Amino acid sequence: MNPLAARTLTVNPARHAARAAAMGTLALLLAACEHPPMDSVQNGYRGLGMVQVSDPRLGSPTDNSIPPALPRAPDVPGGPLAGDTFKNVQVLKDVPVAEFARLMATMTTWVAPQQGCNYCHAAADLASDALYTKVVARRMLEMTRHINADWHSHVGDTGVTCYSCHRGHNVPQYVWFTDPGPANASPYAGNLAGQNQPAPSVRLAALPNDPFTAYLGGSKAITVIDRSALRPDADKGASIKDAEQTYGLMMHITGALGVNCTFCHNSRSFFDWDQSTPQRVTAWYGIRMVRDLNQAYLTPLTGKFPPERLGPHGDGPKLNCATCHQGVHKPLNGVSMLPDYPELAGRH
Amino acid sequence: MAMLSFERKYRVPGGTLVGGNLFDFWVGPFYVGFFGVTTAFFAVVGTVMLAWGAALGHTWNLWRINIAPPDLKYGLALAPLQAGGLWQIVTVCAIGAFVSWALREVEICRKLGMGLHVPFAFSFAILAYVTLVVIRPVLLGAWGHGFPYGIISHLDWVSNTGYQYLHFHYNPAHMLAVSFFFTTTFALALHGSLILSATNPKKGEPVKTAEHENTYFRDTIGYSIGTLGIHRLGLFLALSAGFWSAVCILISGPFWTRGWPEWWSWWLNLPIWRH
Repeated sequence: MNPLAARTLTVNPARHAARAAAMGTLALLLAACEHPPMDSVQNGYRGLGMVQVSDPRLGSPTDNSIPPALPRAPDVPGGPLAGDTFKNVQVLKDVPVAEFARLMATMTTWVAPQQGCNYCHAAADLASDALYTKVVARRMLEMTRHINADWHSHVGDTGVTCYSCHRGHNVPQYVWFTDPGPANASPYAGNLAGQNQPAPSVRLAALPNDPFTAYLGGSKAITVIDRSALRPDADKGASIKDAEQTYGLMMHITGALGVNCTFCHNSRSFFDWDQSTPQRVTAWYGIRMVRDLNQAYLTPLTGKFPPERLGPHGDGPKLNCATCHQGVHKPLNGVSMLPDYPELAGRH
Repeated sequence: MAMLSFERKYRVPGGTLVGGNLFDFWVGPFYVGFFGVTTAFFAVVGTVMLAWGAALGHTWNLWRINIAPPDLKYGLALAPLQAGGLWQIVTVCAIGAFVSWALREVEICRKLGMGLHVPFAFSFAILAYVTLVVIRPVLLGAWGHGFPYGIISHLDWVSNTGYQYLHFHYNPAHMLAVSFFFTTTFALALHGSLILSATNPKKGEPVKTAEHENTYFRDTIGYSIGTLGIHRLGLFLALSAGFWSAVCILISGPFWTRGWPEWWSWWLNLPIWRH
């Protein structure tokens, strides 16, 4: 028999299926990729490899444009202040009445565009603290002023408003709760010790996947690199898992800011400030700011929230870098909204 | 230098790729050839440029000498000599020298009537280098994406470029390359020890044969790849290591800009287990 004919006769469906599967896999792999041209920004000496390469076709995960502002009420020197005119105004006491009304209307569009005023205010008595949302909103106003007044080291003159995080949502899209771990983990072989599973918190790496509770809820030391070759036996220093947890936190920061490690670090020496970029200083203050806000503002509010606002462990929503940054290294692309709302900076 | 008695008859003229019998002679044990001359030319010019770059730099410490590529702002244009232009000249010289050396190997193979396996293998090393300093920079749009010439500085580049993709161990081609590098050393250790064991029997015993070698592996793992096969395997493993190394850096940037762990989301999103 003609060997060629034999070959054509013995084409079997299994082989076809295998080939189709192989082609399908290849197509999947290619579809999983991007393609040039890319944008790149150098932020170190030439040839050092400190470069941000980005795909201009990917875009940002969120809309970073600024919503239009209502026209400002004209300042009337010596005019009535909100604190003197309305009952139960505790934070914005020193704001002129017309400006107060404008800010309330604006906050509604920022935080509760669907629900309107009654999301926070009891319809019968706007001054009442009956709704938990009003209590929380008041504390958030204090927090906003605190950030703008006391965390200049991180937010600079740009500052923040409610919109920086809320972006039209009742609860900002990016908040965190303590991770309860897998639902049915046994204490033995099934216990993954909070790692080894692809987690969005650490950008799908297998690193410890709740870096927030320890570093941003608490104040666990982030630095793990020893500065000396030998240390006394009694002082064990950081473990490998500590280092991986730090790595996990850094992964979160890269995702939140849309950057890679070299935005802040020269990886030849992660700890060395002399070899790091100025952005690392801003980030250092940012981490301290987030801790301060979580510990002084968010965590104490836990008891005010209804159960549906709490996490699996009964903890309230808390901040991390993504809450405000939302994928760009300067939130809202660095545009300051404070000139339109100076009362949120505590200045007007 | 002494020449083996049978060597002379293999030293035949001809078989050159270009230039006829120009430079078709030996100096001592070395075949010169047209490409030997071009190799020497590019190697000397490139080395002198490196030395000049070092003289312009701030150190003669061998570890710290750094001939860096241009800033990204120069794109794919020529840069001033002291701002990356030297790096560009050195790159041209390096590619000229490496390719000349490969072509010289081809000419020697042709003279001996051999296959071209050695220059073919060397061309993978050249491909890896060209990928790093030409193909990837061109795809990213700037020579500044090439690695700097310096012992420590090129390591800094490797480290930072890896961290541009957050966790390089998740790069699938890097996984393959690393696996092939380890497998290459594994196979070489098995092969080397096997040959030495066959040729070093205990005192008084005759040297063992290829059949002993085959039998050893059949007894151990049920299969022996054979005396020729082990060399095919070794070449395949080694070239795969170099090839996937080139791929792993080529795809980092031009074909993927995010962290490599994220690339695996296609796996997490397979319809069989996606929520």
